[in-house]
Amino acid sequence: MAYEVNGQTVEHDEEGYITNLSDWTPELAEVIAKAEDIEMDDERWEVVNFLREYYDEYQIAPAVRVLIKSVKKTMGPEKGNNKYMYELFPYGPAKQACKIAGLPKPTGCV
Amino acid sequence: MSDVKKFLYLNRRAPYGTIYALESLEVVLIGAAFEQDVSLAFVDDGVFQLTKGQNTDGIGMKNFSPTFRALGDYDVQKLFVERESLEERGLSEDDLIEVVYEDEDDDWEEKPAIRVISRAEMADVMADADVVLSF
Repeated sequence: MAYEVNGQTVEHDEEGYITNLSDWTPELAEVIAKAEDIEMDDERWEVVNFLREYYDEYQIAPAVRVLIKSVKKTMGPEKGNNKYMYELFPYGPAKQACKIAGLPKPTGCV
Repeated sequence: MSDVKKFLYLNRRAPYGTIYALESLEVVLIGAAFEQDVSLAFVDDGVFQLTKGQNTDGIGMKNFSPTFRALGDYDVQKLFVERESLEERGLSEDDLIEVVYEDEDDDWEEKPAIRVISRAEMADVMADADVVLSF
């Protein structure tokens, strides 16, 4: 299974997480988002970029509770809450945003 | 919640060469997500898991030591390291990475999560746990 970006194919697993993390590009993020029925805007990019930075620093994709707590700490409580995050990513902010950010499935998600 | 148990994850092995250390950390992160009382203990070669400046380029494994620094986000606030194990390997507290957590009861002040304790104190930590999982 694979995504198509600018004529390139990028492999992904049965749930849509890309196999090789270094394949990620912003264009690929748009393609994954479309497959998830999500339109990327500034707010969603902010979360996706936040997750990529988190992974860069800690080498893990955070669980949803930890993600929301960290967003609250860095971007403020009006963004770091369940309602806001689930509005952006209705099928789970950690799961969906990690997929779009090209990260592995969050640890602890089944 | 009344049914919170004290989980102690006991790490005795070097970080690489076997999968034990990485798997232990994964289980810790999963256990912490279920809001249990989670502590980690590092004895024997397990103390190498927390050393600074790890570089895994030559062995083709992921360097997961940065992930320990995320434990504070998961409300894991106690990482016990046995002093004798450090000393036997020529290490001291200065050779270990920094792990902090934010203390909810103290205006979210950042505090160190790593506590170097003696072998005798480590025995007490183990006796105090409801569940000890050894890796």
